[in-house]
Amino acid sequence: MSYKTVELEVLRYRPEDDNEPWFQSYRVPCEEDWVVLDALNYVKDYMDSSLSFRWSCHMAVCGSCGMMIDGEPALACKTFIRDLPKRALRIEPLTNFPIERDLVVVMDDFIEKLERVKPYVIRKDRKPLSEGEHLQTPAQLKKFKQYTLCINCLCCYAACPQYALIPEFIGPAALTLAHRYNQDSRDQGQEEREDVVAANEGIWDCAFGDACSIVCPKQVDPASAIQQTKIASTLRWYKNLVGLGGKKT
Amino acid sequence: MARSNKPLVWSLFAAGGTVAALVVPALVIITLSAGYGHPPSSLGYQTIHAFAAGWLGKVILFGIIALCLWHAAHRMRTALHGLGLRADKLVALVGYSVAGIGTLLTIFYLLRV
Amino acid sequence: MNGKPYIREIPVFSWYLGRKRDIHHMLNEVSSLFIGSYALLLLWGLKALSEGEAAYSLFLQGLTSPVSIGLHWLMLAFTLLHSISWFSVTPKAMPVQIGENFLPGYFIAAGHYVAWFCISLFILYIGGVFSYG
Repeated sequence: MSYKTVELEVLRYRPEDDNEPWFQSYRVPCEEDWVVLDALNYVKDYMDSSLSFRWSCHMAVCGSCGMMIDGEPALACKTFIRDLPKRALRIEPLTNFPIERDLVVVMDDFIEKLERVKPYVIRKDRKPLSEGEHLQTPAQLKKFKQYTLCINCLCCYAACPQYALIPEFIGPAALTLAHRYNQDSRDQGQEEREDVVAANEGIWDCAFGDACSIVCPKQVDPASAIQQTKIASTLRWYKNLVGLGGKKT
Repeated sequence: MARSNKPLVWSLFAAGGTVAALVVPALVIITLSAGYGHPPSSLGYQTIHAFAAGWLGKVILFGIIALCLWHAAHRMRTALHGLGLRADKLVALVGYSVAGIGTLLTIFYLLRV
Repeated sequence: MNGKPYIREIPVFSWYLGRKRDIHHMLNEVSSLFIGSYALLLLWGLKALSEGEAAYSLFLQGLTSPVSIGLHWLMLAFTLLHSISWFSVTPKAMPVQIGENFLPGYFIAAGHYVAWFCISLFILYIGGVFSYG
């Protein structure tokens, strides 16, 4: 005897058979502690093994199970059945990405943009091993800690109206990761990232809505990262204008 | 990828937005009460002429009018794009031209007061 | 039967209508139109002022027209919307780190709202709104 029966309306798409996506309904007997991911796994295990979706950790740290649940981007493993008021759920793949199959989207665009912002510590002068590790105070760590929590789930891209309207936009998560490294006291790569970050398709395509921060399941607050980058880039731009800028690497 | 020149208009947008947020609602109330036939004392010709004749008054009026125009020009560029008007370069040209002409006219009239 | 990934189209003119968050975002953007309009109104008044007392009286009279009053109420609504949203997002752009921790966002926002309130009262006071009738 299950807690409640929920009707899942799932957007299906099989590239070899379908010209267009279509909805398929499943009636799933859910337990009280289930999340949407459990309901999907029930479908796959007992009702329709052809249903495809990404998932892994089931605890909101891997970022695999991002999808549209009743029109909002969310992690399937973090959305509890008992918190949903209705007995019917509409489940679709993340918007603003091409559909590969069923709930699986093509992430290539994001991966390419992520690589472009160089999300790793860049040093102009590498410290030899004999000098030991880079030291960092708790205050220096706290400065960027929040932005390290991104799990690349792409919910922010699905929510961002600018990414929907301007496909070239580098997007919230990638820009936030650039900011995370720019704020890291060990990093010296701000100038190197600037060509990508401060391009039109970088921070300047952001219209400062806050959809990305609202949907982020890890409270990374990408909107704040981008706004801070806008101010930093603007100051740098003016400095370069009056000739006070540093050498471009 | 080339670095954008948007910082120029963006800084005007940000300054204008802050100025507008702080002073415009109160100013709207002042001209609105004038609209109901009871112009507040500050809007009397002698008072406001004296204000605009001084250099401080000129700086304040210029700051408010010009920054608000540039704020609107930049933000409406994004707004119109979102509303479906995708010809960004054209919208930018028209919007910034209006702001630019408005800025010049503000200086012109301020110098004549 | 094409084997390709499927790209979902977004309606160009109505994409924001389906969600409250997106409508609110577009309203914020459009509020700038009314800020620009008010600046143009001030510019028009400035022009009248520069042309002498007669022209300026005509300007004041023009403010009493129903069109002007109607527009003023719209401008008031949208500029208030602008102010409220502007100060709620300012903390995001300017994090203040004291020692290890950051000032909570509402702290900075509250400071801005207080400043807004004081400045508005000041403008209304020296504007003479409180001293007639």
